[in-house]
Amino acid sequence: MLRYALRRLAGILLTLFVIVSISFAIIRLAPGGPFDQEQTLSAPVRANLERVYGLDRPLPVQYLHYLAGLARGDFGVSLRQRDFSVRELIGQGLPVSATLGLAAIVLAVLVGIPCGIASALWRSRGAALAVATLTALGIALPSFVVGPLLALVFALHLHWLPVAGFAADAPRYLVLPVVTLAVPVAAYLARLTRASLLEVLRTPFVRSARARGLGSARVLWRHALPPALLPVLSYLGPAVAFVVTGSLVVESVFGLPGTGRFLVQGAIDRDYPLVMGMVVVYGALTLLVNLITDLAYGWLDPVARQ
Amino acid sequence: MKVPEAHAHGGVWRAAGARLLGDPLSVTALAVLALIAVMSLAAPFFSPWAYDSLDWRHLGQPPGLAASHWFGTDRLGRDLFVRICYGLRLSLLISLLASAVSLVIGLAWGAVAGLAGGRLDGWMMRCVDVLYSLPYLFVVIILTSLFRRGSIAVLLVALGAVGWLTTARIVRAQTLSLRRREFIEAARAGGLSGAAILTRHVLPNVAGPVLVYATLIVPQMILFESFLSFLGLGVQEPQASLGNLIFGGAQEMESAPWMLLAPASLLVVLLLSLNLLGDGLRDALDPRDY
Repeated sequence: MLRYALRRLAGILLTLFVIVSISFAIIRLAPGGPFDQEQTLSAPVRANLERVYGLDRPLPVQYLHYLAGLARGDFGVSLRQRDFSVRELIGQGLPVSATLGLAAIVLAVLVGIPCGIASALWRSRGAALAVATLTALGIALPSFVVGPLLALVFALHLHWLPVAGFAADAPRYLVLPVVTLAVPVAAYLARLTRASLLEVLRTPFVRSARARGLGSARVLWRHALPPALLPVLSYLGPAVAFVVTGSLVVESVFGLPGTGRFLVQGAIDRDYPLVMGMVVVYGALTLLVNLITDLAYGWLDPVARQ
Repeated sequence: MKVPEAHAHGGVWRAAGARLLGDPLSVTALAVLALIAVMSLAAPFFSPWAYDSLDWRHLGQPPGLAASHWFGTDRLGRDLFVRICYGLRLSLLISLLASAVSLVIGLAWGAVAGLAGGRLDGWMMRCVDVLYSLPYLFVVIILTSLFRRGSIAVLLVALGAVGWLTTARIVRAQTLSLRRREFIEAARAGGLSGAAILTRHVLPNVAGPVLVYATLIVPQMILFESFLSFLGLGVQEPQASLGNLIFGGAQEMESAPWMLLAPASLLVVLLLSLNLLGDGLRDALDPRDY
């Protein structure tokens, strides 16, 4: 188990290296540069700027320099947001984005899984159709539709919650963003739980547990649910990746000071270190979450353990 | 459920078609999709307005019959109905083309890997694994924001280039299981070349799962396209797409809620019917439950 984990960790480092190299190549080969938008820049000033940031050196040298920095945990300095290092910028936004994402996943699990269980146990055609339609709606509704609609209803009409904005210790600013982000994940979890529980309920070991005279609650909790929730667990990796990208939109809809804006604005501004920093941080995050779910899966699933 | 009659005669595809048409949800979805497609293609001819013409006398007009602005107008007096129809067209066009691009790449990659096996297969699938672990929309965002923004070609490449991974995996898995079957062995023993085996025996047999996946990928592409346009990285003004219409509507929702509600509800109906059709198709092609 430990050897497996270590081997996977090495694989992650290798993958991260590939990701960094590919992104570096794409970003640097794209036309334009970080100082293009400042029209009044004379040639000597521009040359000086490029020398200060090391942009005048050959690309391979810059690449090696960047890798060496990364190995020391140094993400470099932002080219456009003067006086800020990339680490400071991402460090400012990350707590907001992390709170948003974590809260959304927790909410989705708390709502989605019980709904899925209930709908699997409900054996009426109408309920099945209702669940199918609702979850399809939840999955089909993109965050950039749900977000503005929720703001329209709960902020502009009912005045229960703020339309947008953020304050450090006012959780009410996070309610609508979290709900927006959680809706599709919850719908998907409900659907997954329902399908996998229905499949497990049909298996012989559940039937024999029933035949042994166990109560239906005991059969459900002790026998049917644990194996049924395994595929649900493996969805959590993709769910985190989904929440990461979803938060880009949600942060922009609700004006939250998270990290999302750095990626889009950074790429438009050609702020190379900032974009690379975002890619590294989020690439590492998704890889780690995938590793953790795989390990948890191997630990929980007796078949995979062997 | 009753087994459809087509099951007795006719092929697998005919039976699947009959099952699909027997499912009320799928039929409704199909009808709605047809209606949307016809509307986006034909409706602009019935409106006196162009997608970028300004009507100075009706700025920010709510929906109604006044001056045939059926869905109202935006701040600049552009007709929302016509803009939505054009947006639908562009969204459908981009998503269908991007899906096609990603399906073709995925089919070729997966089939070659699965058929070749061995070291080549290992390397090809390792590439897919590495790309798979990237936050996919990150790559699309970086690609679209770095190269010429608003260029439909860049959008297509960016969406198609990263959407083929799942197709490649599905096709490879199918091909691997096909490779050991007798009829492939027979074809090989009969002296058929690798390319001929690929086109004549492998591709027709992976068509079913790929078709099902295609119904999933089209709504995904629509979603990604509008996502990018919403972030300002996709289709640019004055061109309309569902994404930038929704973005425009979200800016004005306090004073002109119809600008948000009209494109948003259309997008939702579109995605919902595509998803329902996909579910129906999956059930129809996979008759295990019957």
